Amino acid sequence: MKILVCISNVPDTTTRVKFTGDNKLDTAGIQWVINPWDELCLTRALELKDGNPGLIESVTVAHVGPATAEPTIRKALAIGADTAIRVNSEPHDAYFVASQLAEVVRQDNFDLIICGIESSDFNGSTVGSMLAEFLDYPSVSAVSGIDIENGNINITRDIDGGKELLTLPLPFIAVAQKGIAKEPRIAAMRGIMMARSKPINIIEPTGEEPLTEVVSYEMPPEREACIFIDADNPAELVDILQNKEKVI
Amino acid sequence: MSVLVYTENWDGKFKKLSYELVSYASGIADMLNSQVTVLSIGDVDKNELEKLGNYGASKILSLRNEHLKIFDSQAYAAVIADIAGQVNSNIVVLSNNNAGKALAPRLSVKLKAGVGAGVSKLPSSTDPFTVYKRVYSGNAYANIVIKSDIKILTLAQNSYEITESVNKADIEEISYDLDPGLVKTDIKDIQKQTGKLLLTDAEIVISGGRGMKSADNWAPIIELADLLGGATACSRPVSDEGWRPHEEHTGQTGKIIAPDLYLAVGISGATQHIAGVSSSKCIVAINTDKDAPIFETARYGIVGDAMKVLPGLIEAVKSAKTG
Repeated sequence: MKILVCISNVPDTTTRVKFTGDNKLDTAGIQWVINPWDELCLTRALELKDGNPGLIESVTVAHVGPATAEPTIRKALAIGADTAIRVNSEPHDAYFVASQLAEVVRQDNFDLIICGIESSDFNGSTVGSMLAEFLDYPSVSAVSGIDIENGNINITRDIDGGKELLTLPLPFIAVAQKGIAKEPRIAAMRGIMMARSKPINIIEPTGEEPLTEVVSYEMPPEREACIFIDADNPAELVDILQNKEKVI
Repeated sequence: MSVLVYTENWDGKFKKLSYELVSYASGIADMLNSQVTVLSIGDVDKNELEKLGNYGASKILSLRNEHLKIFDSQAYAAVIADIAGQVNSNIVVLSNNNAGKALAPRLSVKLKAGVGAGVSKLPSSTDPFTVYKRVYSGNAYANIVIKSDIKILTLAQNSYEITESVNKADIEEISYDLDPGLVKTDIKDIQKQTGKLLLTDAEIVISGGRGMKSADNWAPIIELADLLGGATACSRPVSDEGWRPHEEHTGQTGKIIAPDLYLAVGISGATQHIAGVSSSKCIVAINTDKDAPIFETARYGIVGDAMKVLPGLIEAVKSAKTG
């Protein structure tokens, strides 16, 4: 069984983003990382491989982005992915990215494809399920667990107020969120050394044109300064919340 | 042309988010001089369906199909895309919840329609069709033009005011000849707690952080939430420590919520936490450290030890409620 994990390259989540005059992200000083959900997906894929050595042949990561994203891809290889594929293009929009990833899958027939629920840059939550539709594969979203028992893949899906345990026929796409892995796996020195010689297969874009375009960015509205209330006077806070803000 | 809304139901009932969706779709329909059709899939009685008419829907399609009792995104998307074609929709509106996140992308590909994901306001323009959405986890917003003929929008929960209308909607029962082979999801087991207020639905959320010091100190947070009819939440370190269940983790990688009142107790306010709560209408913080970053986001703050402040706050709420 071959697993594919799709990864995005995003600014470190503590970044206070800024934009240039022409409405582009100001990349000065930004640390780029594997999108946190994708990092958890990769971690789970590697855990599954470690726990089922005969069953899972390889874990591959795929990314749509320019050459500047290679340090992030190398990091995924250092964490333990066996191989990587990069589609050499700016990731114009989710539709474009998903169509490129579909081409990647068509060329290499992966059995289980895992995508993070969203990327921390555009917060769209769309690429994974778009990919499923481009490929006409079954998929399951809101996945908080992937387990292998007697060679079968069991999926845990979060639902309102609970969880469902389900199965799907391979190949399928799991769009995963919190719970999929506890902590992201950290690259060890040996992994970092090995990653240097692992292949990154670069392919040129062939998929669909984007359907959306960012025309401008805005900063969030300025927040009003915090009004402090004396710790000995909680009744004042209750009065404000009840009569001024009308939220209780 | 029409605006199509898909809303799920919860054991035959709609939720506030269903009415938000219809209100929002109705706002767009007004901009386009168009009408709102709602698609409901599942067993919902006539009285409940009629309620959707109160928010501006002119037609409600009620579809029941044995095979759609299981939520399988591939099957659901096939049905919704077909209906969208039948009613000639150029805009499809869904919630940005789990179901909407599973369906909107599939509809996008089926209908070759660009997605505006997690919108909270009406489009600023319909030509070009321009939506405004939160990006970089709330650190910025983007104006995005959707260039395709058909557009898919997912609405962020608790972000759009419900607007009542005097419309009366036509209800039509429709059937759908679904290929059962399309439903590939096989549910083996369901574990569900019923009757509990969901964090994402709650209008009041009381949330505790590492400053609560121990799982044993949660009683006043639970008491205050119960008293106000709200839900409890927590920051990531708290769920990582196992003090509270993972379902309560609010923040960038946990739940993204937008209640009317978010009370953060003993939460320092890391960027990743703020990313999950910044759309709340009123944020109040209680923290021992007056320089904690949470006070940069909060509208109201109390500097003090939660274990000392909370009992007084609970008493004040009790007396305000009886007074």
